[in-house]
Amino acid sequence: MKVSASDWLLLSPELFLTAAGLLILSISAFFDKAKEEFLAFLTLLFVGVAIGLVAFLSGYGGRGAPIFAGMFIVDNFAIFFKLLMLVSIALTVLASIQFVGRAPYPAGDYYALLLFTGVGMLFMVSGNNLVSIYVALELMALSSYILAGYFKLEIKSTEAALKYFVLGAFSSGVLLYGLSLVYGIAGRMGLPDLAKLFESQAKSNLLLVGILLILAGLLFKIAAVPFHVWTPDVYEGSPTPVTAFFSVGPKLAAYAILARIFYVGFPKFHADWGLIIALVSAATMVFGNVAALLQTNVKRMLAYSSIAHAGYALMGVLGFRTEFGLWGILVYLLAYTFMNFGVFALVVFLETKGYAAESVADFNGLARRNMTAAVVMLVFLLSLAGIPPTAGFIGKYYLFTSAMKAGYAWLAVLAVLMSALSLFYYFRIAAAMFFSEAEGAPLKSSYALTAAVLICAAATVIVGVAPQPFVEMLRACVIKAP
Amino acid sequence: MTGAQAVPGALLTGAAGWLFVIFAVLALGMAIAVVVARNPIHSALFLLSSFLLVACIFILQQAEFVGAVQILVYAGGIMVLFLFVIMLVHQRGVRERLTFQHQWDVALLFVLAFLLPFLYVLWTERFPDLPQNLDAFRTVRGKIAGNTQAVAWVLYRDYLLPFEVASVFLLVAMIGAVVLGKRSAEKVD
Amino acid sequence: MKVLTPTVLTYLKVVILVAVVPAIIGFVVVLAERRLMGFMQARLGPNRVGPKGLLQGVADLVKLVTKEDITPSRAERAVYFLAPVLAVIPALTALAVIPFGPAIRIGKVKTTLWVTDVNIGLLFLLAITSIGVYGIILGGWASNNKYSLLGGLRSAAQLVSYEVPMGLALVSVLLMTRSLSMVEIVHRQGRLHLWFIFPGLLAFFIYFVSGVAETNRNPFDLPEAESELVSGFNTEYSGVKFAFFFLGEYAAMIVISCVAVTVFLGGWLPPFPHVAALKFLRILPPLGWFLIKAGLFLFGYIWFRSTFPRYRFDQLMALGWKWLIPISLANIVIVACAILATPGRSNGMFVLSYIFGGLFVVMFLLAKLRQKLARRERLAAIPASAVE
Repeated sequence: MKVSASDWLLLSPELFLTAAGLLILSISAFFDKAKEEFLAFLTLLFVGVAIGLVAFLSGYGGRGAPIFAGMFIVDNFAIFFKLLMLVSIALTVLASIQFVGRAPYPAGDYYALLLFTGVGMLFMVSGNNLVSIYVALELMALSSYILAGYFKLEIKSTEAALKYFVLGAFSSGVLLYGLSLVYGIAGRMGLPDLAKLFESQAKSNLLLVGILLILAGLLFKIAAVPFHVWTPDVYEGSPTPVTAFFSVGPKLAAYAILARIFYVGFPKFHADWGLIIALVSAATMVFGNVAALLQTNVKRMLAYSSIAHAGYALMGVLGFRTEFGLWGILVYLLAYTFMNFGVFALVVFLETKGYAAESVADFNGLARRNMTAAVVMLVFLLSLAGIPPTAGFIGKYYLFTSAMKAGYAWLAVLAVLMSALSLFYYFRIAAAMFFSEAEGAPLKSSYALTAAVLICAAATVIVGVAPQPFVEMLRACVIKAP
Repeated sequence: MTGAQAVPGALLTGAAGWLFVIFAVLALGMAIAVVVARNPIHSALFLLSSFLLVACIFILQQAEFVGAVQILVYAGGIMVLFLFVIMLVHQRGVRERLTFQHQWDVALLFVLAFLLPFLYVLWTERFPDLPQNLDAFRTVRGKIAGNTQAVAWVLYRDYLLPFEVASVFLLVAMIGAVVLGKRSAEKVD
Repeated sequence: MKVLTPTVLTYLKVVILVAVVPAIIGFVVVLAERRLMGFMQARLGPNRVGPKGLLQGVADLVKLVTKEDITPSRAERAVYFLAPVLAVIPALTALAVIPFGPAIRIGKVKTTLWVTDVNIGLLFLLAITSIGVYGIILGGWASNNKYSLLGGLRSAAQLVSYEVPMGLALVSVLLMTRSLSMVEIVHRQGRLHLWFIFPGLLAFFIYFVSGVAETNRNPFDLPEAESELVSGFNTEYSGVKFAFFFLGEYAAMIVISCVAVTVFLGGWLPPFPHVAALKFLRILPPLGWFLIKAGLFLFGYIWFRSTFPRYRFDQLMALGWKWLIPISLANIVIVACAILATPGRSNGMFVLSYIFGGLFVVMFLLAKLRQKLARRERLAAIPASAVE
């Protein structure tokens, strides 16, 4: 295996982010609690540079071919996800500054772990070999477990970390078992090699079991039914900025790698996994929406809402060998990242103001105490429900169309019905904000958090109002099915 | 174990085959005992024996390196830490309770629900033939070396990138242990 | 000579090892240790049984076998019984891969002075010795005695900690040996005319210190620190079971010595075999050289024991994690760089030998100088009136 300068260049965002994490970790020892904000800004700067590097790579001609003995690939698909994930990390840092700053825990380790999670995610979406994918997935998962339990003196945070860890480890075991079955049958791990081998081989039941187990392991990370049970507890217990991050960052990586493994590695079995994913998608959206409807705790409700959205998003994987392909899921995830992070960022805002954001009542009269927050929240809720002219509508439109084109009309109809159902619980919050009586002084937000929320809102509105340039750009990012 | 006497494609025939069956059955028995044993220390010991038996199976298949590492890492390192923790935490008075008292019937149902299809698949599967030339797993640069050298050759060339990612993974595990284990929530200077 | 097939010979060698090594331990090593300790502490040591006390081992054996074998009433019987066995077996198993001498011919029978030469020899040794800890941990736990339990816990932490620097020290030597086979390691030292102790001086020191800690010997004998824990993990053991623990500890010591001799001290090779003037050293058979070197290493053990006071547990952990592990990691980098940076396959090792040798001499001189200065200072501090 020869490693050329071009290979190192293609690897530069990951290398840079690793170095940045190590640097933050080592210099954090010299910052006491009062000066930790500097570390946050440094982290932001590093993430910014990494975004710049990825952006540079998007114009770099040498990309596209697997490097490092076929372990790593930088294609448009990976670049889209890397950009989106890095943005989600930057947003998380913005949302964390005040939240973590007030808590009695050192912030340096927190930002370093956030960066290492990022390293895992970046490696994951570029994984072209089952081994490199698995190792990167574990890196991401392990960092997430620690982040979930970062507020270790709070019993709920510890509970969240423990549940996440135990169930995550179990799902990793399932995934690994699937990988080992596939390796045992194929004797190779590279995704394109697998596809090439299976092309000429008869279908094997054991292989299907392996694929099923891999799917189960990945669906756990996505929090799809029936692997969703960890989600409400983890989302409720984790520090809220971390929850906001969990609801987008690691999920993006999991969607990306699910699509890559099944599109590049197992195209021959698309009829099998397609049907399973469709069924899981249906179950997930029904369960998520119904459970969210019955919830009064806002964080748990949003957790179930994000489960429901996982159900929608899975429809985007179904368009195998249609003209849509993965286009739908890409457009949807672009919208989802901003709108879902935005909602959680506003929960962070309420929490920094002393409201637990446990019940809908905490949102009472928000419109009178901070009009901007209320309006922005309304935008996010509309977008989540899929009402035009927001990004959520565009995303869902492409998703549903892609499911229709793939021949899953029943699923698209179900999804529309479920979206209508979701209006009920989203509007409970909206009603509380605008029509309930307020008490207390106006609430002021910190600059960093305001910036995060406004970025999310701007993205949600812009993609919703003028989707054309983004949608066209994403068309070039899909993985072509062989 | 010295290598050279391997018959290509005939790893699990004859005496080696019987040894494999013995080791495998024992390993499974020990694994069941881990779950069934009421005393956690006994569970840990059964797990230890299971690890050692699996190491024997590795060595039987001429993967000496993996076998030795299995003993070194799992038996010599991880299980010692397990015992360490159990001894620190474990109260003698409570050990006679059945651990899986509440849900063993449900658990059994699920186990069967997964096991039966699995057995069916395994039963009906036509397994690919064993690779004829086992020396391929011991060859480095065209010369037959040990299994250890072959593993190193693959690990540091083809799988270099995952190897390095794994090092970051271990670093994060270490950071996590320190972050979560530090006694004071205040910053320690 | 159809009877002595290779298989039969192997069994024979196993029997000899299992019979001879405990005998050597009982009659030679223990006695030598006690007499040496006596000498170093300016007292006599055992000298009553037999001529000059040579039969002390027999007396000990009789005492241990005839003593009442007590099992505490609330002990975990099965584990309590298993623990001493687990302490002995790994140490004796490890001896199987140690080459005590080259291939030889006695009369018409050709054989080797090792039981087996596996191609993962060194790794096998590390793996097997790492299992030896279970005897101590389980013995400490099963006794149902808080001192025993504390001893077992200490032992678990200590052994896991010191396995790391020990393994890392051996890794740096592996860069030079290019093989894990114990026999091949000795042969390579013979071909290079260089014992690996010279390029691996740092590794040797780390190995020695970790080896002492791995075998729970003074000054790292915290699992059985009698001033704190009565007798640690073996407090409740008596009779034959105690003898097994005893045997296990000394067998482990012997294994550590044999590995050191094989890996660092050229195994069965006589010193400087390529120097014509020293040809007469070959009068001693290879086995003799091996035993002499192993004996010297064991002497180092005993010397070490009577020189240093026992460490505190936190000091022990600090030494392992904060000093030995970083140093051994740095050592690996240094060795790897030296081997890669010098042209030719083995020149790097000679360069390393000079570097480490020079460093060693410099440090030795510095230590001497410091000693001298300190003495002068002490003398200067004594008032003139007191010097009379």
